Amino acid sequence: MITQALFRALDKKAIWIVAILLAVAILVPASNLLLPTGHPLRLPNYVVPLFGKYLTYAMLALALDLVWGYCGILSLGHGAFFAIGGYAMGMYLMRQIGTRGVYANPILPDFMVFLNWKELPWYWYGMDNFWIAMIAVVVVPGLLAFVFGFLAFRSRVTGVYLSIITQAMTYALLLAFFRNDMGFGGNNGLTDFKDILGQSISAPGTRASLFAASAIALALAVLACSMVVNSKLGKVMVAVRDAESRTRFIGYRVEYVKLFAFVVSAIIAGIAGALYVPQVGIINPSEFDPANSIEVVIWTAVGGRGTIIGPIIGGILVNVGKSYFTGAFPEYWLFALGALFVVTTLFLPKGIVGLIGQYRAATTKREQHDRGDPTPKQVEAGVDPQPNPAE
Amino acid sequence: MNAILFLQRIALFLVLTLGLAVPAQAQIADADLLPLVDALAPGNFKDREGAIGVLVTTGDQRVVPILEVLLEGELYFDDATGKVVFTSAPSGKGTISDPVTGAELPTLTEDGLEKVKVNNGLRRVLRTAIGQMTLLSEDAGVRRFAAQSILRDADPAQLELLDSAIAAETDDDIQLIMQRARAVIMLKTPEASIEEKTAAVPIAQAIGGRDALNILTTALAGAPAELQPTIQSAIDGLARDRAVWDVAQNVWFGISLGSVLLLAAIGLAITFGVMGVINMAHGEMVMLGAYTTFVVQEIIRQNFPGLFDWSLAIALPLAFLVTGLIGIAIERGIIRFLYGRPLETLLATWGLSLIIQQAVQRIFTANIREVGNPSWMSGSFELGGLAITWNRFYIVIFAIMVFLTLLCVLKYTAIGLHMRAVTQNRRMASSMGIRTPLVDAMTFGLGSGIAGLAGVALSQIGNVSPNLGQGYIIDSFMVVVFGGVGNLWGTLVGALTLGIANKFIEPYAGAVLGKIIILVLIILFIQRRPRGLFALKGRSIEA
Amino acid sequence: MTDKTGTMLYLDGVSVAFDGFKAINNLSIIVHPAEMLAIIGPNGAGKTTMMDIITGKTRPDDGQVLFDGRTDLTKLDEAAIANLGIGRKFQKPTVFESHTVWDNIEMALKKPRGVFATLFYTADAADIARITEILETVRLIARKDDYAANLSHGQKQWLEIGMLLAQDPKLLLVDEPVAGMTDSETVETAKLLKDIAKTRSVVVVEHDMSFVRELGSRVTCLAEGSVLAEGSLDQVSANPVVIERYLGR
Repeated sequence: MITQALFRALDKKAIWIVAILLAVAILVPASNLLLPTGHPLRLPNYVVPLFGKYLTYAMLALALDLVWGYCGILSLGHGAFFAIGGYAMGMYLMRQIGTRGVYANPILPDFMVFLNWKELPWYWYGMDNFWIAMIAVVVVPGLLAFVFGFLAFRSRVTGVYLSIITQAMTYALLLAFFRNDMGFGGNNGLTDFKDILGQSISAPGTRASLFAASAIALALAVLACSMVVNSKLGKVMVAVRDAESRTRFIGYRVEYVKLFAFVVSAIIAGIAGALYVPQVGIINPSEFDPANSIEVVIWTAVGGRGTIIGPIIGGILVNVGKSYFTGAFPEYWLFALGALFVVTTLFLPKGIVGLIGQYRAATTKREQHDRGDPTPKQVEAGVDPQPNPAE
Repeated sequence: MNAILFLQRIALFLVLTLGLAVPAQAQIADADLLPLVDALAPGNFKDREGAIGVLVTTGDQRVVPILEVLLEGELYFDDATGKVVFTSAPSGKGTISDPVTGAELPTLTEDGLEKVKVNNGLRRVLRTAIGQMTLLSEDAGVRRFAAQSILRDADPAQLELLDSAIAAETDDDIQLIMQRARAVIMLKTPEASIEEKTAAVPIAQAIGGRDALNILTTALAGAPAELQPTIQSAIDGLARDRAVWDVAQNVWFGISLGSVLLLAAIGLAITFGVMGVINMAHGEMVMLGAYTTFVVQEIIRQNFPGLFDWSLAIALPLAFLVTGLIGIAIERGIIRFLYGRPLETLLATWGLSLIIQQAVQRIFTANIREVGNPSWMSGSFELGGLAITWNRFYIVIFAIMVFLTLLCVLKYTAIGLHMRAVTQNRRMASSMGIRTPLVDAMTFGLGSGIAGLAGVALSQIGNVSPNLGQGYIIDSFMVVVFGGVGNLWGTLVGALTLGIANKFIEPYAGAVLGKIIILVLIILFIQRRPRGLFALKGRSIEA
Repeated sequence: MTDKTGTMLYLDGVSVAFDGFKAINNLSIIVHPAEMLAIIGPNGAGKTTMMDIITGKTRPDDGQVLFDGRTDLTKLDEAAIANLGIGRKFQKPTVFESHTVWDNIEMALKKPRGVFATLFYTADAADIARITEILETVRLIARKDDYAANLSHGQKQWLEIGMLLAQDPKLLLVDEPVAGMTDSETVETAKLLKDIAKTRSVVVVEHDMSFVRELGSRVTCLAEGSVLAEGSLDQVSANPVVIERYLGR
């Protein structure tokens, strides 16, 4: 049964994406590590974690796409799951510093010593163990998504209401994590990491491994999403997106369908966050900023929601653009981002992938026209469902 | 209230009262008075204090303005002749005149003038002296003011004067103030008998508030053992009152915050109610309204400083117009292409908010700008045990006015009728010949215009910066979510509830944790009422 | 009222008000197993609200709603009621437009509805045969791979009936099934519903009198949220109150 579902996940498109990601996972580290400095094909050291960061962003966008593109839940708080995953990883990395901190306390991280804390808060116990930390990376965002989603979906909060509530959620977390007595380093967050799994975090080998891990994690996320989306559950998700109450009337528990998508999505976002933190070297409360979460939405929208490849393209493209813009014309980046929001929603409702699809459809239409076939009515495949009330 | 303002008020007050040419009660001949006045100039502070005492004994009302001016440090004397004089402008400038007769003294020059020096000790003496002088005035207002000043200082030396004033007083109100002043003096005076002190305790308690608490606490320390229980119970009573007033103060802060939230959220509620659209750039409309006020004030400051007190009256309609027109432009230019896609509208307006913020930052820089309060909005007043600042007070009034106006617009005008129709059933309204696109544009303009008004109000209680709107937007959303859509009363109740709840949680949990608690409570609240407090019910609402 | 055992649907004294307006007022209706009931009545009579109550969309303020003589429907939500075996076709056809005709039927097919059961579901030979059969019944087999969005209005009505069949319900609530259909399609639909009513209970709401006549079933006329008249179509349409309030002279 499960093998069948897995097999179904590997449709032609997903195979391509996974293959490309695996190739990247090998080629980028190889180019960086094996080729001599100065070789034209060698990627410089700073590029590896940068690309790794883009991959984690792509993964976050994919996670959002699962709930928004397929299930119609526009979460404006997905950055929270990403950040929580990141904090879980950050806690592990923090505990690895040990006596190399400024205060050289073997147990307490620097900021706790600074705040005159005498012992470790209970939720920091065990976080020095990599595997326990990795469990936290998966479980904590998943649990938050479960509790929040259960409350929200059960009471049938939908549409913009839900979006606002998710935004409030990440805003509340932002405020909470700014507080010193939360025990997460307050304003400064967690940083100054030294080791991961005994390896220096800034060593080229570690960075290359982290990059490869990001690419593989993204490939696995693509497989997972593809499996969900291609199953009957995926069809029910789309049904929920297009006509929620109708789906209820044929006997599906819409709230559980949504909850499933939300939790899976949060877990993927959490893993992305955990991979993000060691590559950028810091996690602080600003990751909870509602503005960040909305930015994720635009990555997904630009790439093309309701597709697997779209958010990956969007996540990478927008962030490459952001890196370029904030370097070249820092004062214009927000203009560009704002314009991107407006232009995408107005002119590119299906994103880049939709644009390619349109172009293809136009060419086949022309061919069909040449052959004299009747033109099939173009279907709004997935995106922009007409409001479809149950009565 | 700061000291300068206080002095200005006194000066203004005196100008007004003396302008009525009150006949002096005990007027002595100019020639007798002049040397007494001139005696203020020579010698040290001690000598001056003596001279003031002599002046007070004359009981001549013309002495009061002289002491007033001396208190302000604006009394001068001619170095050569030792004659004390008035000058028409501050700092010894302008025409020089006689302080008693008011006659100009052309023979004297500014260069020859020297200031009659005062120190803090002397100022205290002066205030008391002025109080005594005016306590017997014929003008009730002057007497009241004097009585209050004596109550404040409670100098036992004035007991005799006070007693005679109480005996002569005909106005019950003023007599009460004097009685209180007497009670306070009694409590202060060690020589007073136990009976007198016991009688004074309830009178002092009746003053109420922190003042009474301070008076009684001080009295308790020096009181004989048999008096202590009486004072203690009076203090306890006051502390209970205080607790009640503290609650009232929290309610007031809550109402004040709620009115700000109401202003910020009400436009949002209208657009959301009528169009089902969340305008993420709503906060930026608020911000633009605040910047409009800033620009208006800058122009006034530079060109028409006399109009400064009118700056808000000019800024209000202007802010409404500016933001309203921008709102209509946004609706016509973007939102109407996104009908039926509320989530996309949310994203597009978010993009707009980024652009607007960045544009304002480019024009006005990211620095925070200070917008001034007109004089009638500065300072504060006391209501019972409440300290209420004028700006907050006016904003509450303003919010109520905006709310009521909007209610009337929705209820009694054609566009309001159309808006309500579209809120309830867009398709039906459209088929009845209502031009829904026009209604949408007007609604969006109205909502944005109100946001602009909110911006003018917000500029009066905080600084203006490009991210001003961001600070209020999530709270405004919470108001709308909590209050429910399609009913302005829901927004009102939502805003006030959140405002008051915030202020009650704050003292226990701190501002940040308080906010978190409120957010969590709202998320839980939605469990019970997914569509807010005042949701519309019926078949049509579910879709 | 009569004994509730042996009934498929049992409504007794049901009332619901929206902001003071009584949409349903002391309504009592009984449907027996394998029986068809046609409900007629003017607009605003409460027909759709009645269906909302039965399917769990609206909670009644008062009264009893029983399924199969024992299950209290007022305590259950839409999905639970659907899974009990109550299928509903809406007034405005609502099919899943971004899915193919086949997928629409497959989703409606009576199978475990749980999240994980759905995730790992694979159609077996019996399911495929059943879907094919239903598509043949509703004459959409030729369009099985088309998106539902591309169907005509009448075809969407048929697809919805097909989805209803796929749910294999014990009780079907059918709201205006022939709106937008041609005369021959109407006749076909009547035939199909009569066929279904041999084994299941069917409640049809319809304005089209010739269609109701075609059904030849018991008729209930609703007005202002309560029952105005009951009996055969001839009896009901001869009722002076019905003529006055609904049919007109």
